[in-house]
Amino acid sequence: MNRLQTPSELENLRKSLEAGRDSSRTCITVCMGTGCSASGAAEVTKSFREEIERQGLGEQIGIRTTGCHGFCERGPLVVVHPEGIFYQKVSREDVAEIVSRTAVQGEILDRLLYTDPASGKKIIREKEVPFYRKQTRLLFGNNGRINPTSIEDYIALGGYSSLGRALFKMKPREVIDEIKKSGLRGRGGGGFPTGRKWDSCRKAEGELKYVICNADEGDPGAFQDRSLLEGNPHSVIEGMIIGGYAVGAEEGYVYVRDEYPLAVKHIEIAIRQAAEYGLLGDNILGSGYSLAIKVNRGGGAFVCGESSALMASIEGRLGEPRFKHAHATEKGLWDRPTTLNNVKTWATVGIIISMGAREYAKIGTEKSKGTMIFSLVGKINNTGLVEVPMGITLRELIFDIGGGIPDGKRFKAVQTGGPSGGCIPDTMLDLPVDYDSLKEAGSMMGSGSFIIMDEDTCMVDVAKYFLSFTIEESCGKCTPCREGAGHMLRILDTITRGEAEEKDLELLEEIGKMMKVTSLCALGKDAPNPILSTLRYFRDEYTAHITQKRCPAGVCRALIEYSIDGDACTGCGACVQACPESAISGKAKEPHVIDGKKCIKCGLCLDACAFDAVKVS
Amino acid sequence: MMNADLIKEVDRIVDLYGGRITGSIGMLQDIQSRYSYLPREALIHVAERLDVPLSQVFSLATFYKAFSLRPRGKHLIVVCMGTACHVRGATRLVDEIGRKLDIKPGETTEDNLFTLEAVNCLGACALGPLMVIDGEYYGNMAPKKVESVLGKYSES
Repeated sequence: MNRLQTPSELENLRKSLEAGRDSSRTCITVCMGTGCSASGAAEVTKSFREEIERQGLGEQIGIRTTGCHGFCERGPLVVVHPEGIFYQKVSREDVAEIVSRTAVQGEILDRLLYTDPASGKKIIREKEVPFYRKQTRLLFGNNGRINPTSIEDYIALGGYSSLGRALFKMKPREVIDEIKKSGLRGRGGGGFPTGRKWDSCRKAEGELKYVICNADEGDPGAFQDRSLLEGNPHSVIEGMIIGGYAVGAEEGYVYVRDEYPLAVKHIEIAIRQAAEYGLLGDNILGSGYSLAIKVNRGGGAFVCGESSALMASIEGRLGEPRFKHAHATEKGLWDRPTTLNNVKTWATVGIIISMGAREYAKIGTEKSKGTMIFSLVGKINNTGLVEVPMGITLRELIFDIGGGIPDGKRFKAVQTGGPSGGCIPDTMLDLPVDYDSLKEAGSMMGSGSFIIMDEDTCMVDVAKYFLSFTIEESCGKCTPCREGAGHMLRILDTITRGEAEEKDLELLEEIGKMMKVTSLCALGKDAPNPILSTLRYFRDEYTAHITQKRCPAGVCRALIEYSIDGDACTGCGACVQACPESAISGKAKEPHVIDGKKCIKCGLCLDACAFDAVKVS
Repeated sequence: MMNADLIKEVDRIVDLYGGRITGSIGMLQDIQSRYSYLPREALIHVAERLDVPLSQVFSLATFYKAFSLRPRGKHLIVVCMGTACHVRGATRLVDEIGRKLDIKPGETTEDNLFTLEAVNCLGACALGPLMVIDGEYYGNMAPKKVESVLGKYSES
């Protein structure tokens, strides 16, 4: 493979690769993101290869594995091009028929199509599925079109041409101005204006500067960074090189969670391929600018997503946050000027350079420009990743795109921003989603995870869950976070056991406010958010636990009891089999009873019963 | 395991990272994936090679959750406790696995067959509740499916 020496060589390569991608040729793409892979996409791919071989169709039909399409709930996903016929929940048994009937004869297999639950209609093309229709897939659009381990696929679709333009047609100053004009704000959650960050790093004194990609995506419920790294790693690298050129960096690091093995693999392959083509390393595209990028794997510590802790970790030290007397843009990694951005931020850079800041800034709201990738998870029909313009309402996100709540249950709240965010109630469904309105509502954008909760979710239990998470992940360096969170958890614990008093709620608020002001880093400062926001919007539920000793959602074990409805019970004995404590007894074909003294409230009988006879009160 | 072999292997891994403290977390990861935990002798040798106090290497090995100082069982069960899995009943899942194997998260069964770990989020939220055994994903897990899944590993 020849190193590319000039931007025109890159453009020639692109043209020849594009010509090689015959768009009229039949091609079957299989999503190989983590979601689809776990649902059996690898087996499906293997079967396709074998079947195409078996039918001797290797010349006519191509097969391509792609990154995540986002609609993980319906995986494995298969698209037959050029028609774009979209099949979901495909299994090995469907493969032969897809090849012989759809790929060869153009026939559509009804049973594999997606059915719109609202209209009951079968939908043929991916982009017509309601889940996709309201999306603006700037970052994610190519995930389904390229093989993430092939740089040629990326280049064929115009990849690295933004880099060429930045290096040869723009001065570093102009790149920064363009990013400033686009209004791009940090997609890791903080929302700091990216252009301003770059500017101060550029101006900082120092021979050696660094760019870092923060891919330590630790927020439970967030997997957008993983999907981008797995599905389109070159877009992240291209952004980092452009950013490195703008701020004057010579070295770059991608700090990625070790829990994401596929993302690690794909980013490493991408870095190697880019270097082979001369798009990374010394004298990139003959421009005279050089940048080397290395990959660092995390060690399973959530706090390392915090920028100063992350840098400490790259240095080989404990991932403890530092007090920021100087910005990382001046004194970051090894005390040298450093620009650290999130995966999504870096991936957006190339898009802005290619479409222009003015066009980009037309998307979104006044203060939050562009698109954001959200994860929709929890009690929602269409679990997955969606990319939408900033300013979309919660209602559109959850009901129009997410398809609402399963099993006809009622929507109760959405938790945004991970353990640092808050819960937003149903009365605020028309809230536009952007950095500032979420903050006003007592939550935050964070990494963009949206956890949907229905009527069966206990908000005190949720608050306790997040706080337990924070305590486990707190590094323990500063007292407010270490002790404050522990004390709050003890109070929440007494509430869920029905042993708290009403004045404890005030104490919770007092400690929470103290932590917000005095903690060292954002982990401690934002840790009280889940509690403070649920106290704000769901105070009744806290009160019910305290005064009536009742958990309205039927979750908190100390406050609930299991019983069997004698009328519904058929005496089949399934619950007796399931009970680990032998707490259920009864004669065959007669109603059974639960011994409350032996019952540990594990809920296994509830799962086992086919007649809905086990009740929680 | 011969001690000399271990020293040789640790040397190889340390060299891979240029023998500098910067690469220490990567070194520990590689050692752990080779031996399934961080053997005491390996930590001592890493400290010697990097010319830092053993306490410094030990602090890294205990701060970062991915590391284990005890040998792990033949099969590693990882249960996702992320929010999406939590609201879909991950606690009941991990309870049931713990009951069946008579261990708590972080522990290994007496016969050394299974180690159970509860982790924060595996980022496959559409599949929740989710457990992963030796890299194999089991999505939409219900407590009642636990016995049959574990059975597949008990025989081997």
